[in-house]
Amino acid sequence: MDWTIWLEWVIKGLVLCLVLLVGFAYLTLYERRALARIQVRVGPNRAGYQGLLQPIADAVKLIFKEEFTPSRVYKVAFLLAPVLTVVPSLVLAAVIPLGTSFNLFGREITLYVANLNVGVLYLTSIASIAVYGIVLAGWSSNNKYAMLGGVRATAQMISYELSLGLCFATAVVLGDSMNLNEIVNAQRDIWFAVIQPVGAVIFLIVTLAEVNRAPFDMPEAEQELTAGYHSEYSGMKFALFFMAEYQKMIVISMIAATLFFGGYREIWFLKDTFLAVDSVWTIGSWQFKAWFLGPVYLLIKVIVLLFGMIWIRATWPRIRYDRLMSFGWKVLLPLSFATAFITATGILLAQEFDDQLYLYAIPALSIVSALVAVVFIYRDLRRKSHGRI
Amino acid sequence: MTSELLVFLVLSLVAIASALGMLFSRNAIYSALFLVLNFVTVAVFYLTLGAPFIAMSQITVYAGAIMVLFLFVIMLLGAERMTAPNALPWQRPLAFLLAITLTVESVYLILTRAKPDTVIAAPDAATNSMESLREMAMTLFDKFLLPFEVTSILLLAAMVGAIVLAKKERAGSKS
Repeated sequence: MDWTIWLEWVIKGLVLCLVLLVGFAYLTLYERRALARIQVRVGPNRAGYQGLLQPIADAVKLIFKEEFTPSRVYKVAFLLAPVLTVVPSLVLAAVIPLGTSFNLFGREITLYVANLNVGVLYLTSIASIAVYGIVLAGWSSNNKYAMLGGVRATAQMISYELSLGLCFATAVVLGDSMNLNEIVNAQRDIWFAVIQPVGAVIFLIVTLAEVNRAPFDMPEAEQELTAGYHSEYSGMKFALFFMAEYQKMIVISMIAATLFFGGYREIWFLKDTFLAVDSVWTIGSWQFKAWFLGPVYLLIKVIVLLFGMIWIRATWPRIRYDRLMSFGWKVLLPLSFATAFITATGILLAQEFDDQLYLYAIPALSIVSALVAVVFIYRDLRRKSHGRI
Repeated sequence: MTSELLVFLVLSLVAIASALGMLFSRNAIYSALFLVLNFVTVAVFYLTLGAPFIAMSQITVYAGAIMVLFLFVIMLLGAERMTAPNALPWQRPLAFLLAITLTVESVYLILTRAKPDTVIAAPDAATNSMESLREMAMTLFDKFLLPFEVTSILLLAAMVGAIVLAKKERAGSKS
């Protein structure tokens, strides 16, 4: 193993971290502007052109704020918690393929940091580790509100992780691999969101709960818990929690794009045109591969998915905690079991009888099961609003 | 080979230190965290042995699911402070006796039974590929189907038991 491989890994890792950091900074601006538009306000537009320097101003403010450590906290865990929250959000991105590959100085540079054959499992394991930071923050603050926030976050993330795992399994079955590169390449002909629309929607809902975003942001519900698990944090330590949340949003959108929306690949009906990521462009006598389209497509998909998250935050009220739990356990979990089962059975039957008809049954049957779930929720809500309670 | 040895030595130091830390820390939360560190080190051991699937499952199941539940329960009960040691006075001598017996036994077995000339084969590339995962699944669901199903029934029974225990008594209450 020669040293250039190490150099390549280090550079790729650094670039990815920088991309996520800058992405976090500008996601805050994006969210504030988009929220403002939805609420018929203007939003921050004073620092720089259209407020483009606002994230830098925020960062400077947070860096120079007083960092206060309350005297009765459990010191080690209190210092460790923000770090444990940020690291998983950065590490998650390592296996996500950002594009194909390009040649530089005679060597092929691939656009991912690690090409794990168990990439999907890696995602689940890191996502399950991500709980620790929040739990520790809640406990070590020695504050009832923070503690309740931490306990809520744990319960919520554990409950929704099950459905998340089943959605991962659906994508693995569809892509016939646990390697994220192969899953992306399997979506050359059609996106998995088309074959399994219900799985994609469940995935998007569950990831909202996993990153504690509205309407599932119970761990930091202001009117009940002041600020939840990060009540006692200030200055840069608070900024780290903030950073982790937004980086997780970005990474989770990248994962959703990779698993269900074709990853860095073009929309499937453009697959053999010059807009495809593996096409070769010719300008005059100069031929080159259009590898740079990959990151661009992924960026567009991530921006669209992030807008969905912001839109949901702007328009939906926070869900009540018991409803959150029963939604996760009684609706999403059975539904994701059903979609995983339907997908696996459809693919097996299509292979067994060599008939594409079974593949068409997958979206149809899963949409039917989702409609059944919606009817049940509707009846339940109607009964509750008309009856006692 | 030397770099692998170096990694192994550092990892084993971390593993032993975290295990000791788990035993000796007087706060249940820190104990649990040391145990998480220990699990993660073991996962890295699996990685160095060329078994990424088992490594990732180790992290997901033990560090990600079981230990989070442990922390959750410890926090919920507020039981992070350990009670005073020596609750049972005969425990310590007994533990020493058992530990010494175990050490003597294992040293004896290592000295007599372990054959220094057997070489543990390094895992080949096939172990790392998707094929091995497929083979693993095939073995699990084909050859070991019965033990697998029995295990799942056992887990189901445990789950039902937990629900029965946790369920509130309905008798006499009307609302």
